[in-house]
Amino acid sequence: MSAGSGKIDPMHQFEVQTIWNGFQLGGQQIAFTNSAMWMCVALVALWLFMLGGMKGAQVPGRWQMAVEGFTGFIDRLLKQNIGKEGRAFLPYVFTLFMFILFANILGLLPLGVVGVHPFTFTSHFTATGVLAIASFLIVLGVGFGRHGLRFFSLFVPKGTPLPVLFLVAPIEFVSFMVRPFSLALRLFVAMTAGHILLKVLAGFIINAGNAGAGLGIVVGLPSFALMIGVSALELLVAGVQAYVFALLTSLYINDAVHLHDHH
Amino acid sequence: MEADSIKLLGAGLAAIGAGLAALGVGNVFAAFLEGALRNPGAAPSQQGNMFIGFAAAELLGLLAFVVAVLLIFVA
Repeated sequence: MSAGSGKIDPMHQFEVQTIWNGFQLGGQQIAFTNSAMWMCVALVALWLFMLGGMKGAQVPGRWQMAVEGFTGFIDRLLKQNIGKEGRAFLPYVFTLFMFILFANILGLLPLGVVGVHPFTFTSHFTATGVLAIASFLIVLGVGFGRHGLRFFSLFVPKGTPLPVLFLVAPIEFVSFMVRPFSLALRLFVAMTAGHILLKVLAGFIINAGNAGAGLGIVVGLPSFALMIGVSALELLVAGVQAYVFALLTSLYINDAVHLHDHH
Repeated sequence: MEADSIKLLGAGLAAIGAGLAALGVGNVFAAFLEGALRNPGAAPSQQGNMFIGFAAAELLGLLAFVVAVLLIFVA
């Protein structure tokens, strides 16, 4: 089924492979996989990036400007969406944004040329699901912590007539409960779809090139041009998805902090 | 028809949803640009709202992709 385009299998890149067998825990194999390895790579890359820019020099160099650009960007995002209280959530949202951004971009790096095949762990529902659940739990914790049971008034928009309320409250409840799924699904599907598209186009180029000069020029060259464009688009998507994840998280936190009162 | 071929047809039909989401996403950015050109001063403060609309429109297109993948690999 999956071997649609010649010998190239576009789904193979998403396979989780075990690197180190690990240990047994409660009957489950806890193994070190390529997914876990690339999470570590993202962590180390992010750590190095931040380390280079956190010198706090009076006159910031280029690197420090880059890091401060990111922190300022997320700070403004939170100030716009949550207001003054948003500062408290800066560490979480910033971590989330940078981790997803680095993961997405690391997965796009053309390291296959030197034999290292990057694995985009954000293209797996398990990874994005955990991030979404973390956001959701923070929303619940902040909401119930600040407002107690009054948090349930989130499902009751102000000024709704009583008969309509019976319709609106369940809809609001469902839309609230669906949030972590939509958050995780968006990131995972966007990354999966992009990587499949890139792999299928790469399959076109290689198969056309193998089929001879004629097909190589008629099919391979346009595919190659298209692939360059799509790669640029994927870089954009990698950034936009990280931004959208952070933006929606901050919106949900705003709901928890202010219920419906604030803007 | 066999069940397998109907599944593939369904997956192909699901791709229509991706095209419709393209219309939706294009509409979000077109409307934003139209408004931004009329009132450039207010544009930067509304960028976040634009991305919320973009995210909502995009999600429905991605769901079409999920349906197609489910039909091919799972169903």
